Amino acid sequence: MSPAARLAPALPTAAQWQQWDIDPAWSRTLDVPGHDGAVHRWHLLDTGAPDLADAPTAAGRPTIVCVHGNPTWAALWRTVLQRLGPRYRVIAVDQLGMGYSARPGLRRYADRVADLGDVIDALGVAGPIVVVGHDWGGAVAMGWAVSPRAAGRLAGMVLCNTGIAVPIGRKAPRLIRVAATGPVTSLVGHRTRTFVEGTFALSTTRLDATTRAALRAPYRRASSRAAIAEFVDDVPFTPDHPSAAALDAVAHALTTLDVPVLLAWGATDPVFDDDFAHDLAARLPHADLHRFARSGHLSPVEHTADVAGVIDTWLTERVVAGDRSPVAVPVAAEPATSGSGHTPTWAALEARADDHSVAYTDGATGATITFAALHTRVMGIARGLAERGVRPGDRIALLTPPGPDLLAAVYGCWRAGAVTVIADRGLGLRGLGGAVRAARVQWVIGPRQALAAARAMRWAPGARLIAVGDRASMGAECTLDQLAASTAPLPAEPAANDAAAVLYTSGATGPAKGVRYRHGQLAAQRDALGRAYGITATDRLVAAFAPFALYGPALGITSCIPDVDVTTPGALTADALAAACASIDATIVFASPAALANVVRTARPGDRHLAALRLVLSAGAPVPIATLRSMSALCPAAELHTPYGMTECLPVADVDLVTLEAVGSGRGVCVGHPVQGAVVTIAPLGFDATAPITAVGTGLTGEVLVRAPWLSDGYDQLWRTQRDARPADPVDHGVWHRSGDVGHLDDQGRLWIEGRSVHVVHTEHGPVTPVPLEVAVEALPGVARCAAVGVGPHGCQQVVVVLERPDGEAGLAEPADAVQVRAAVTQPVAAVLQVAALPVDIRHNTKIDRTALAIWAAAVLAGDRAKAPR
Amino acid sequence: MRVLVTGGSSLLARATAESLLARGDEVVLLQRNPAPLDTPQLLGDVRDAEFVHSAVAGCDAVVHLAAKVGVIGSWHDYRSINVDGTANVVAAARHHGVARFVHVSTPSVAHAGDALVGVGATPAVTGRKGAWYAESKAIAEQMVQGAASDALPIVIIRPHLVWGPGDTQLVGRIVERARAGRLALVGDGAALIDTTYIDNASSALVAALDAVEPGAACLGKAYVIANGEPRPVAELVAGICGAAAIDITPRRVPRRLAVAAGALVERVWALRGAEAGEPPLTRFLAEQLGTAHWFDPRPAQRDLGWAPTVSIDEGLARLAAWFCEQV
Repeated sequence: MSPAARLAPALPTAAQWQQWDIDPAWSRTLDVPGHDGAVHRWHLLDTGAPDLADAPTAAGRPTIVCVHGNPTWAALWRTVLQRLGPRYRVIAVDQLGMGYSARPGLRRYADRVADLGDVIDALGVAGPIVVVGHDWGGAVAMGWAVSPRAAGRLAGMVLCNTGIAVPIGRKAPRLIRVAATGPVTSLVGHRTRTFVEGTFALSTTRLDATTRAALRAPYRRASSRAAIAEFVDDVPFTPDHPSAAALDAVAHALTTLDVPVLLAWGATDPVFDDDFAHDLAARLPHADLHRFARSGHLSPVEHTADVAGVIDTWLTERVVAGDRSPVAVPVAAEPATSGSGHTPTWAALEARADDHSVAYTDGATGATITFAALHTRVMGIARGLAERGVRPGDRIALLTPPGPDLLAAVYGCWRAGAVTVIADRGLGLRGLGGAVRAARVQWVIGPRQALAAARAMRWAPGARLIAVGDRASMGAECTLDQLAASTAPLPAEPAANDAAAVLYTSGATGPAKGVRYRHGQLAAQRDALGRAYGITATDRLVAAFAPFALYGPALGITSCIPDVDVTTPGALTADALAAACASIDATIVFASPAALANVVRTARPGDRHLAALRLVLSAGAPVPIATLRSMSALCPAAELHTPYGMTECLPVADVDLVTLEAVGSGRGVCVGHPVQGAVVTIAPLGFDATAPITAVGTGLTGEVLVRAPWLSDGYDQLWRTQRDARPADPVDHGVWHRSGDVGHLDDQGRLWIEGRSVHVVHTEHGPVTPVPLEVAVEALPGVARCAAVGVGPHGCQQVVVVLERPDGEAGLAEPADAVQVRAAVTQPVAAVLQVAALPVDIRHNTKIDRTALAIWAAAVLAGDRAKAPR
Repeated sequence: MRVLVTGGSSLLARATAESLLARGDEVVLLQRNPAPLDTPQLLGDVRDAEFVHSAVAGCDAVVHLAAKVGVIGSWHDYRSINVDGTANVVAAARHHGVARFVHVSTPSVAHAGDALVGVGATPAVTGRKGAWYAESKAIAEQMVQGAASDALPIVIIRPHLVWGPGDTQLVGRIVERARAGRLALVGDGAALIDTTYIDNASSALVAALDAVEPGAACLGKAYVIANGEPRPVAELVAGICGAAAIDITPRRVPRRLAVAAGALVERVWALRGAEAGEPPLTRFLAEQLGTAHWFDPRPAQRDLGWAPTVSIDEGLARLAAWFCEQV
């Protein structure tokens, strides 16, 4: 094609810019003398110098230069311009041949890097520069960043779904390989709009109409699209490609880059996937990674990824404040049981290596394993893993259902120094896959169905598989039994500070977050539980909440999982629980509130195995006191306790039925005193996690912060989540964990929970916490369960109460109910609605999904047709 | 303070005049027909510039309520009363150096039919086809806003669905239709609607009168006034019917049908002419009662130092007492 046929499209009108939600004043052109001797007309979006009240502090602020990839243009950075524009000068360029810049003809990678240098020089930016790149714009940005032209000016780099080299052990992304096949390139990239439209499909969520219209606009005519095909053609698939050497040189030079780097990544990108993020992370070990689990290739414009927000926070912290320290991470716990050294989680098993009493009984199958056999099996697995090349820190996904194989595998992995990746089965198949994929495991252990699913859905491409069961099928290299039979030397014991586990549990909203634990933290957790509940070697545990059975071997006690589907813990019957108790002569039961409620419903009084219990624990969600009372009647010798805690830190506090009866009703749900070693403080609602924390006074509502030696390390691959969740203490620099709960401490030091901070209703009269209101409404005759949610904008939200009426039609509650509810509470209630069943979480069957409920209530109260929530 | 209150025959004008009189202000009413209020009254038309000019003379403040409401009438009528009439009042106020001016507008100047959920007073928009009341009030509001200055301090108040004893607009229509067995709810009756009890609306106008002065935060701004207690429309209707001691279960009409029917009724009524009176169902009313309409109360509280003092429940109790007296 002759250059004459290449035309930059006419610049959009002010009205068009406004339609795309872009300030028309940002659009400008600049004639830039190029390194190639020609003058090129660039188009860019430039927010200009920020109009700042705090101009003096703005002096050192960097200019942000954003570089789009193929086939997008500067509009890709709309939200970044909007978000950062008021405080930074943000410039998003249209690469030559792209967007509304000139169409000078073929530009190879080296040209594009030099082009970027040309335009940055022409812009005459005086201060430091942070360069931001997406897709091939990322490669161009990296090229500039390592070039001499960036020396002394580069203050940071942000990379979104990009790459500089094909990760080891991988082929280039298949989609790009196909697109780059000779005639296909011209067809999809240039002659048709397939490449432009196809790129939209690489986003995980459908892009909104404004974004699609904007991204599409400059590429409507074939004459404007030549560079799209040329870009694809410039991807080197062979070492003799003209751009291969240049990319290779940049890839190597990256390792010398020492400015702050943020990798903000859409995780479901089929082109630049996690492998590319980790390739970059390996070259830039100091990089901060924030992974958006539900966003794809076009992360900067997908609503499931707050790329602009993460960049904003990161700039403030890493570049402007210059804080280069790792995000606050608690140091592993001091050993609590003995004066010297760390007592690892498998120590109790070693102590009972010759004990032929039962360590675990399976309630469903009746299968048992002794302590001696379990010890032998655990050590065998550790030997076998080491023999097969598992190295300390390797991640192993355990897809085995709760039971003896899971117990042996978990402790075997820990003993071998591997990091177990355990996902709550309540997440469902999709959540499970997402967790395994996110964790980037090197190994998968599971039964054949799980391995088949992992392979079919590419949860862990390249991982080595170990089958649980009779034979090594589904690509597994061996079975767990074969591992356990290994006679190879035992590997070295991991230390307290070594990584031990990544746990994925179902969050209230959004994808599951991986929580990292070290060995010392797990050991401290074991000790905290043992101490809080006076657990000794003579105790025997029935874990109706299956994950809790994992504590059995660490505590050195016999355990049993009763016969119940782990995905529906609420289906546990009294008979199944009694049978489990009978099988091991149990002293302790741990069950979710939903399970206990069903036990109480199905119980026959006078069961001697329940009567023999000394301790009943229930946790995971607020436990209705009526359930505890009924349970107490079934097991009169037992103390009934409800531990309070979360996946990130358990236990935090504890309360027993006697105390609950004594404190009576109050503002929220009493969860008792912090357990020994745990500290709780209440921070103001919506406090700034980066500023020093000042606790609110006794009795005042705020956000619950916790710390303990067994507090987990933090979140996996979620830079901003980690930073927000783990504020450092201004005095001792210790790490707090933001529980996400709101509540208060009473004058006795007891903690009361009033709900989740995201569920607080922000009314014109101030914040209203849902739980105290619900407690008051649930005290009304005939109301089994309810939820209080907010509708409307933050700061003038209205409180809405939703009653659960199994026979009721979804919509407005009966007028009498509305009158009754308003009389029961002190806050103004705008409306009282009803549903047949409140939406609850699958894991505990008890946590009400108030977020989904609020969306439903808002729709009904806006005048939409009332259908059941979700 | 000597205050001219225009449109003195309306419920809100009378309540406002009573509040001002009660606290010792002098009040002059301006309207076409005598109002049952013991205060000087000037009978005439706001379209009469000379009459308005002389009425404003000697007044320290103006509360401008006079307007043509409803859906019946020609665009010429709406424009001449709501736009030209307002221009006359503003011009006279400027000429006579009135120190405080409260212009009473309506939330409908800023929207058309969509759900309003906790919004503030967004700018008035013009260019509607039909909906002449809202269109004329929007033009008037824009004009008034342009006239606001330190020399003529004006604040714009948009009361939302004012009701109370003696109210013929909301209470009167609901009760009349309920008694006739013709009351229908639009949609599920769940739409959250904020309303304004009459005493709160009048206290807001008085507060606005006191707040507006040179340099005040509220100068030239518009505020939506409401009780800040949105309720599902079915509850409100039931509450009003309950106050009137009518025991009925309203029929339900799907929202789209109601809006379509309202549009049709408007057209038919327009053909029938003014003697047909206000139609039973208008598109405006169908939209008002079928979608959420509630507002952010904070701007008015902050800038006018005003908060409602009579709750919905208290208002309904007073309404019930009033209905009792009527029997």
